[in-house]
Amino acid sequence: MTGSTYNTPSDYIGHHLAFNEVSFGDHPFWTMHVDSVVMAIFLGLVSMGFIWLVARKATSGVPTKTQAFIELLFGFIDNQVKTSFHGDRHAFVAPAALTVFVWVLMMNAMDFLPIDIMATISNQLFHVEYWRNVPTSDINTTFALALGIWFLMIFFTIKVRGFYGWMHELFCSPFGTSVWVWPANFMFNLIEYVSKPLSHSLRLFGNMYAGEVIFLLLGMWAATGVAGTIFGAILGAGWSIFHILIVVLQAFIFMMLTVVYLSMAHEGH
Amino acid sequence: MNINFTLIAQAIAFSTLIWFTVKFVWPPLLNAIEKRQKEIADGLAAAHEGKMSLELAAKKNEETLSEVKQKSTEIIGQAEKRASEIVEEARNNAKSEAERILVGAKEEIAQEVNRAKELLRAQVSVLAVTGAEKILAKEIDKTTHADMLSRLAEEL
Repeated sequence: MTGSTYNTPSDYIGHHLAFNEVSFGDHPFWTMHVDSVVMAIFLGLVSMGFIWLVARKATSGVPTKTQAFIELLFGFIDNQVKTSFHGDRHAFVAPAALTVFVWVLMMNAMDFLPIDIMATISNQLFHVEYWRNVPTSDINTTFALALGIWFLMIFFTIKVRGFYGWMHELFCSPFGTSVWVWPANFMFNLIEYVSKPLSHSLRLFGNMYAGEVIFLLLGMWAATGVAGTIFGAILGAGWSIFHILIVVLQAFIFMMLTVVYLSMAHEGH
Repeated sequence: MNINFTLIAQAIAFSTLIWFTVKFVWPPLLNAIEKRQKEIADGLAAAHEGKMSLELAAKKNEETLSEVKQKSTEIIGQAEKRASEIVEEARNNAKSEAERILVGAKEEIAQEVNRAKELLRAQVSVLAVTGAEKILAKEIDKTTHADMLSRLAEEL
């Protein structure tokens, strides 16, 4: 990497996995990963802005090729939502699913960018020492998304069944309404409520983080000599191709889980 | 791998993005697609209707045609009948006219004959009287024998 040299492999990996942090408080919580936030907002604006530009001029007549592409995406999301959500999906759930899918896909897709070339660009062009391109390999991003869905889930549960209905569900299912099983019911539901956002966010984070680390290891191998360069390049290409599947699949899974969680909130267990 | 303020920033970005999509991206796309679906459905229905009405019109056309054919043959038949009637009538008329003319002519002939007879009778009577006068000279008085002469003339 231009501008800096690495003495040990852990130096290299550590540098590449370090966030561009801004601190505005004593507690470690009051730091922000500028790279994650900027990349996420930039990608969100670009992708959803592009869809918005097309949607704004959408015609019911013969669509342009761009509109046809967006409508293909629209139909794909709409079909997926239709299979698991049986309310008025157009009011919230389907557009939310579209946002989640497109945004997560775009953030995941940043993994395709060659990691050292991007580091050089950010270093030379923007003069930043630390810059990570994949917001979804930041646990904060995936957890923010999962928590957002989690709050929406609770919001819709209360909206559909009322606060009393929600409490009733927390304490009286799945084992029954007897007072003696209230603690067991509540524990059961608590585990469910905790595990949902954790599994939702950690699945995406783990996949993206692991993908990034493997790219880093291959890059490191490439620095060891001619054989390492050749094998690193071949395996890097293979991993990139396999990663296309992972990127799309993880975005799809995240979207489907979002839809399923919100559907469960609407319909009950 | 620590949880920090990034979480809150990303959550705000996420909710804003969802709000934006719900408000501005999804509805126009949905509208355009549903409108097109409706237009296509309407078009198909209209095409089907058009086909049906075409079939109906063809059927009606055929019916009208056959009706017209039947009517025309009827009219032709009537016309033929009427024509033969007219011919028959004309023939009858002509016959009766001819008879009438014949009768008139016969009458006229008879009248002519009568008149001629009358004329002849008068002349004959005059001729006879003249002849008789000449033959009988003074013996026969015109006035005393006039009665007899006229009776004679009548017998002619």
